[in-house]
Amino acid sequence: MNANKKHTSIQKQRTQKMGFGLVWLIAFLTVLPIVSMIGYIVIKGSGTMSWEFLSQPPSHGMREGGIYPAIVGTLLLTLGTAIFSVPLGLAAGIYISEYAKDNLWTRLIRIAIISLAGVPSVVYGLFGLGLFVLFLKFGTSILSASLTLSIMTLPVIISTTEEALRSVPARFRIVSRSLGATQWQTIQRIVLPQALPGIITGIILGLERAAGETAPILFTGAAFFLPNLPKSIFDATMALPYHIFVISTQVPGMPIQIQYGTVLVLLIFVLSMNLIATLIRANARKKRQW
Amino acid sequence: MVKEEKALILRNLKVQYSDGLESLRGINLEVIKNNITVFFGPAGGGKSTLLRTLNRLIDLDDISQLEGEILFHDKNLLDPDIDVVKLRRQIGIVFSRPIPLPLSIYQNISYGLEMSGEKDKIKIKNEVEQALRKAYLWEEVFDRLDDPANTLSGGQQQRLCLARTLALKPEIIMLDEPTSALDPVSTAKIESFLLEAKKEYTVILVPHNISQAARMADYAAFILQGELIEYGTGTEIFTRPKDKRTQDYVEGRFG
Repeated sequence: MNANKKHTSIQKQRTQKMGFGLVWLIAFLTVLPIVSMIGYIVIKGSGTMSWEFLSQPPSHGMREGGIYPAIVGTLLLTLGTAIFSVPLGLAAGIYISEYAKDNLWTRLIRIAIISLAGVPSVVYGLFGLGLFVLFLKFGTSILSASLTLSIMTLPVIISTTEEALRSVPARFRIVSRSLGATQWQTIQRIVLPQALPGIITGIILGLERAAGETAPILFTGAAFFLPNLPKSIFDATMALPYHIFVISTQVPGMPIQIQYGTVLVLLIFVLSMNLIATLIRANARKKRQW
Repeated sequence: MVKEEKALILRNLKVQYSDGLESLRGINLEVIKNNITVFFGPAGGGKSTLLRTLNRLIDLDDISQLEGEILFHDKNLLDPDIDVVKLRRQIGIVFSRPIPLPLSIYQNISYGLEMSGEKDKIKIKNEVEQALRKAYLWEEVFDRLDDPANTLSGGQQQRLCLARTLALKPEIIMLDEPTSALDPVSTAKIESFLLEAKKEYTVILVPHNISQAARMADYAAFILQGELIEYGTGTEIFTRPKDKRTQDYVEGRFG
């Protein structure tokens, strides 16, 4: 009897160990492709990294020189996207979370935002071409590309803002109102500061996606090759993702190191944004009072 | 006895939530100034709803019916054109669980003042200190006013919430089971504060048990399923109630 009991407990432990092992293996398999891909790019591309590569324009039909204009272009596009999408996304998120009543109109807005998030990026590109480049006559420019990327980024910012605001407990709002604060004062002083880390994380993740996209800027603002930096927002610009597309498909005899180097730069740019978002979130979680 | 001044007059107050939950069905009563009025009765009977109606916090809820009158300074505070922001400063509320705002100890008290448009930093500082002293909390926190409010103990947090309400210089303080989450010592502190405070304020208390109700009440209202069963002085209600239901509840036969 006793021996039997012992036996089953050993068996249970063994099953548990196998279970853990399986879960660990699956987790490992999920991480493996990402780690190996990043590792591969780092190994192949790090040899290309040099101050010249980062600070010089491409030369000799892009087969030599650096990627400086593409880096600047991507920074400009990311900044432009932030300028349009952050205020708009914030305002929309605050409206939906704090002010909108739960009615048909609000539900329609919500469905629109969800659908917007599911639209393929090339469709945004074509939409931007139609609206900003042709109809509004902004031309193939930083402005058109930024606006197009903004529309693509908006749903991400709106939904993360809404979610971050909603996660602030209702009791804080009630207490604030009971102390004679207005709804706007409550949002400004209590709700927004508490939700800010979540909102910033959402903004960074949205911008990060915009920074890495090719299709939306393909028809709206990206240039194949420009020897000089853009001078105004109505100029086209080079950009890292499009440059990668160009040098890996459009230029015959392109040295492979430059391709890997360019990919590595884009990867570092995007991953460091991701890292900042993670740090902000972790830091906020430590400080949070609820 | 001197003529009693009325702080609030409720006439045929009816409240119904949209989800049909808790409701009030025609409450009539008068809250007397500078006394402790106790609303007691079984849970879910509408006491909290009543408090939330008195300072229009109920505006934040989904209400399907709001009828009757609540006279406060000869004005019906249910009127749509009432300045609710001002009203909520005049009729303060302390909730059953201490809910410090996610700010520092100091900011929790100064918040209401700043929101009311007070800009004078020195005046705010004085008011904060006064309010903390009134709530018997100053001695315990004066050297760490900038600490987050949630580093205080539960009892201290509740006194902080009290101080926060007092800082606005209300006429009426409503407390919704303010000691239900507190230990006996903290409870005694709140109770002794209330007995002292009625000289200056009108107090409305939803007690967290019958003995607290009997201990504190100058006036008591027994509320059962949204109806006011009986209202009178504390002595009347707790020693010789007229209604059978009040008697049963007070003697612990139901509820």
